[in-house]
Amino acid sequence: MGLFTELKDSISRVTDRLFSEQEPKRIGIYGPPNAGKTTLANRIARDWTGDAVGAESHIPHETRRARRKEDVEIERNGKTVTIDIVDTPGVTTKVDYEEFTDEMDKDDAVRRSREATEGVAEAMHWLREDVDGVIYVLDSAEDPITQVNTMLIGIIESRDLPVLIFANKIDLDDSSVKRIEDAFPQHKTVPLSAKEGENMDEVYENIAEYFG
Amino acid sequence: MPEATGTDDIDGVQIDLISGQRMEGMASMEKIRMILDGVHDGNIVILEEGLTPDEESKLIEVTMAEISPDEFNGIEIETYPRSGPSDSSLLGRIMGSDDSTAKLTVIGPANQIETLHKDETLISALVSRN
Repeated sequence: MGLFTELKDSISRVTDRLFSEQEPKRIGIYGPPNAGKTTLANRIARDWTGDAVGAESHIPHETRRARRKEDVEIERNGKTVTIDIVDTPGVTTKVDYEEFTDEMDKDDAVRRSREATEGVAEAMHWLREDVDGVIYVLDSAEDPITQVNTMLIGIIESRDLPVLIFANKIDLDDSSVKRIEDAFPQHKTVPLSAKEGENMDEVYENIAEYFG
Repeated sequence: MPEATGTDDIDGVQIDLISGQRMEGMASMEKIRMILDGVHDGNIVILEEGLTPDEESKLIEVTMAEISPDEFNGIEIETYPRSGPSDSSLLGRIMGSDDSTAKLTVIGPANQIETLHKDETLISALVSRN
């Protein structure tokens, strides 16, 4: 792509965002499988609308379709932001149905893996076309320097999308928020436990400030 | 990719090191096809200059479409993480300092390559013959 085309596209993306203040922004919740994306989406949706977004599970790839919760109005310090939350399937570069055979029979495991691959492709498509900002959720008890995280953060940055990193599961003993801050120092990291509801005030302050 | 010759009776893993020059004139889908064709054949593909973020996104999408139970589980891909603040900003690109694609990239079949260790300066992987 030529420099001027790229410059034009970039300015166009920024002005589009500036002049579409009235429209709720679509905020994609991204991250690897089992980071707690749906737990977070449900926590936000329940706190501000009373409804949940989707089912949660300890088995990876429970979310196999992107799901949107519209018009979630978040109010913090006199500032209100209305967003659509898009809960996306966990992104990965590999899916093996045998990963699920301890929990279900082979046919169900194969079906789950096929739906998971479709879900990952769908999540990538949303990222390229349909989100205005990203909440990137990581399990703070896991090593954040993985290829999927590195690639996805790179893809998000290349699209000039605003991104907040959420260091989830701080209730776990092995949690290390610093490890995430050190891995992605170019972005704001917010610690939380979506499951236990810990530090949600800071979460909402940052959402209102960043995406408002 | 030209076929390797004289390797039929050797039990080993083929490694394709692809130069930046070879990738230069290729369209995104040609690059992705070349990578995935190699990986489907059980090869380890090493790219001297890697892919753009958009190409990486499409690689994930196409890989997902090609996963098939008991045949192809997907890919393992490794590049060095970029350290420090991102330099892929608009200003960075105007100043010509965007080096996001100039990164050695290793790609292989998920069932044959396992990353043992990875940090900013080292990628250590175990490759099996399956």
